[in-house]
Amino acid sequence: MSQITDLSFSELKKSINDRVLSSVEITSAFLDRIESLNPRLNAFITITRDVAMQSAKDADTAINKGTATPYTGLPIAHKDLFCVDGTLTTCGSKILSNFIAPYDAHVVGQCKNVGLVSLGKLNMDEFAMGSSNENSYYGPVYNPWDTTRVPGGSSGGSAAAVAAQLTPLATATDTGGSIRQPAAFTGTSGLKPTYGRVSRFGMIAYASSLDQGGLIAHTAEDIAHGLGFIAGHDPRDSTSADQVVPDYTQTLNEPLKGKVIGIPKQFFDDRLDSAMHQAMDDVLDVLKSLGATTTEVSLDHVAEAIPAYYVIAPAEASSNLSRFDGVRFGHRADKPTDLIDLYERSRGEGFGNEVKRRILIGTYALSEGYYDAYYKKAQQIRRLIRDDFNRALGSCDLLFGPTTPSTAFVLGEKTADPVAMYLEDIYTVATNMAGLPGGSFQAPLIDGLPTGYQLTGRAFSESMILNAAHQVQMVTDWHKLRPEGL
Amino acid sequence: MYEAVIGLEVHVQLSTDSKIFSGSSTDFGGEPNTQASLIDLGMPGVLPVPNAKAFEMAVKFGLAIDAEIGQQSIFDRKNYFYPDLPKGYQISQFEKPIVGPGRVLISLEDGTEKTINVTRAHLEEDAGKSIHDAFDGMTGIDLNRAGTPLLEIVSEPELRSAKEAIAYLKVIHSIIRYLDISDGNMAEGSMRCDCNVSIRPRGSETLGTRTEIKNLNSFRFVEKAINTEINRQIEILEDGGRVIQETRLYDPDKDETRSMRSKEEANDYRYFPDPDLLPVVLDDNFISACRDALPELPEARKARYISEYGITGYDAGVLVANRDVADYFAEVANTSGEGKLAANWVMGSILAELNQTGGSITDFSVTAKQLSELIGRIKDNTLNSKTAKTVFEAMLAGDGEVDAIIEFKGLVQFTDTGTIEAFVDEVIAGNPEQVTNYRAASEDKQVKMLGFFVGQVMKRSQGRANPQAVNQILSAKLSG
Repeated sequence: MSQITDLSFSELKKSINDRVLSSVEITSAFLDRIESLNPRLNAFITITRDVAMQSAKDADTAINKGTATPYTGLPIAHKDLFCVDGTLTTCGSKILSNFIAPYDAHVVGQCKNVGLVSLGKLNMDEFAMGSSNENSYYGPVYNPWDTTRVPGGSSGGSAAAVAAQLTPLATATDTGGSIRQPAAFTGTSGLKPTYGRVSRFGMIAYASSLDQGGLIAHTAEDIAHGLGFIAGHDPRDSTSADQVVPDYTQTLNEPLKGKVIGIPKQFFDDRLDSAMHQAMDDVLDVLKSLGATTTEVSLDHVAEAIPAYYVIAPAEASSNLSRFDGVRFGHRADKPTDLIDLYERSRGEGFGNEVKRRILIGTYALSEGYYDAYYKKAQQIRRLIRDDFNRALGSCDLLFGPTTPSTAFVLGEKTADPVAMYLEDIYTVATNMAGLPGGSFQAPLIDGLPTGYQLTGRAFSESMILNAAHQVQMVTDWHKLRPEGL
Repeated sequence: MYEAVIGLEVHVQLSTDSKIFSGSSTDFGGEPNTQASLIDLGMPGVLPVPNAKAFEMAVKFGLAIDAEIGQQSIFDRKNYFYPDLPKGYQISQFEKPIVGPGRVLISLEDGTEKTINVTRAHLEEDAGKSIHDAFDGMTGIDLNRAGTPLLEIVSEPELRSAKEAIAYLKVIHSIIRYLDISDGNMAEGSMRCDCNVSIRPRGSETLGTRTEIKNLNSFRFVEKAINTEINRQIEILEDGGRVIQETRLYDPDKDETRSMRSKEEANDYRYFPDPDLLPVVLDDNFISACRDALPELPEARKARYISEYGITGYDAGVLVANRDVADYFAEVANTSGEGKLAANWVMGSILAELNQTGGSITDFSVTAKQLSELIGRIKDNTLNSKTAKTVFEAMLAGDGEVDAIIEFKGLVQFTDTGTIEAFVDEVIAGNPEQVTNYRAASEDKQVKMLGFFVGQVMKRSQGRANPQAVNQILSAKLSG
């Protein structure tokens, strides 16, 4: 038999439901693997072994008493911007390096409610700002496929932890691609749900109108299980959608016959790397073989998505991050001489460079005299992008494209050039601007490194995305490939 | 000569049970930070959820001042750093306030009325408080007040004196009390006022440079601060200087305003729509439900009191200004059937007493029922105005009910002619000189001179003689 940590979330669920494995066995297997591999990958910021083992014992008791849910005792790990009551919650920042959250995020509470065991907190780009996970106060995360390379970001810890089998399921968040890009770089499946599908309560905000919580796992089926318990209306988040949560696992096996896949021509122009183009064609062939048809569509304003995003997201961030002032929690400058000194040094010492850069950009974009030229214009572009997507999705069921322009790059390669780094999200950002659901799933390797394809659907069509990805995974092995030599 | 141009920004704390974006209590006076939830503390990850009750109250205010109601209202973030502002921004409304242009009617001392236009009223959250004297060398922060709903009511610069400003402020106060959307307690900060003041030569149409006096929390301070500021500005202009646009604070101890920050130092608040809150759409049903729930407002009540109780416009205006006083008056007037007398007593005795003690009519020691009984005893001639005053004072002192006091103090009025005649005879006998003078005087002088004799008789009767009877008998006996 394979090792416990080789199993996917769905497989572990079956094992625990069939009483083949106990939660204590599963939890300790993953904790042992984390402790042996994390020093090389740096995927976890905090490992909560004691709490996890106690939850696992409680889970086994519940299973034996018959009070368990189908998910009781299964492991998960949370991106370190989800508040976990009583646990260090850093957001990858020095400014929160002493912050013990006093409450559970909605997503964390939902996971606890179904009986999941939390293994710890996952590394990330500081305040979710970054595409390589090199912006963490706790150091970079290393890609399990090649530790000289980045795992992507900002959910680099979540993606690397799943890829390296340190956890079968991880929460993550996506503001401009932060779930999908690392999923593509690490050979995992990742889903960013529709804006409003998952409550943002307790998720430390980067850009409130774009942030959305989601999941990274090995398969679409794993995500279908997880989304079922993290999605849903939460009265504590005014932007959370009051929409019924379907059973995403029920529709995984629907045939793809008759489904129309839209191919945005802007994603397949001659700038697309030929190897990546080939990988995408391989996936499309599978989709077609399953009965789907394709049609070309146009997203006319998609090229404007990155510049507009880098106005809106920093603008919101500049305001969201004002609460980190050294007054009530978090890092506080030593012996401040006065109020201004307290602010300047607490924030100056507490935030990293990329965070400071975005606060400055955002502050500028909202300033009197610049608001109309930047923030307002960016919002207009955002509306045009949303209209593009809605029009395109009127003539097809799902949009298809590469998740990233290339495979994972080498650490340090793009750190000196922020704009090159920002262009990493060129295929993913527009989905957030439109508020639509998007998933990245495993495509063929290129030179031994993972790639991902992206499916974008209409609002609240997560089940269709997961259905299509699952159908592909039923007839391919790309999602079964694991990094070697760890 | 100069003319003042004044506009007011009135901040009214709405009396919702919980805060505008969290479930914490809004009660005043709790131990510091005991009424601050994770949301009020601006903890990482928390989100605001609007309190529907605050919208209802704001809409009622809008309807009461005949304003346009913003069917789609948007919350914006007003960004600035201050320790008692936990999130580093205040959630407010900028471009699309819930209440649009409206108007209120103010009554001036000369009896004329003036319409003051209200530019807008918007919802926002209050900040916490900085406590500068509790810790040595440090400032304490109390976030109990953070997140309390505020309605900021902005007037057009149409007020021309401190007196007009106070009249406007009192109308606003009266409306919020009638609507029961705030306790309006200025001493506790439930209603605070920023005044924008400028001056210009009388007759000029252009506006002078204005200053803003922040955070005044009593009618008296508003009046004094405006007058002080007007005088300061006049002095500057008279000396050939120019007024600087700035924010000023009023110091009641020194009765002066002083500079807080100039326009150059002013914050750029970087307003933008709060992405955590969706635009609020108020449907017609909600607005008409608010309209149906409106109580009778001061203006309407004033008109009704004039016609129903036959009192003057001035009296009605004074009586309706405070809803509780108006209710008290109406009860007395209805029970006693004497509107004019009721008005005189409430205005002359009760309001004077309340002004002196600073108390509220709702816990006044003479109830409306007692005052009605007192008026009843005046009507049936048991008491005259003098003895009635004695009874009233006894009730104030807590001596019991009207009839018991009359009995105990022996205040029943003499109406039998025999007793009064005896007093009259004594007075005529005791003042022969005055009697001679009276009899020699012309008729119109006699009318004036009669007062002396009436006074003497009243004195002998210890105020208990019926004044009409005394008059009659005296006139008869003196001319006889």
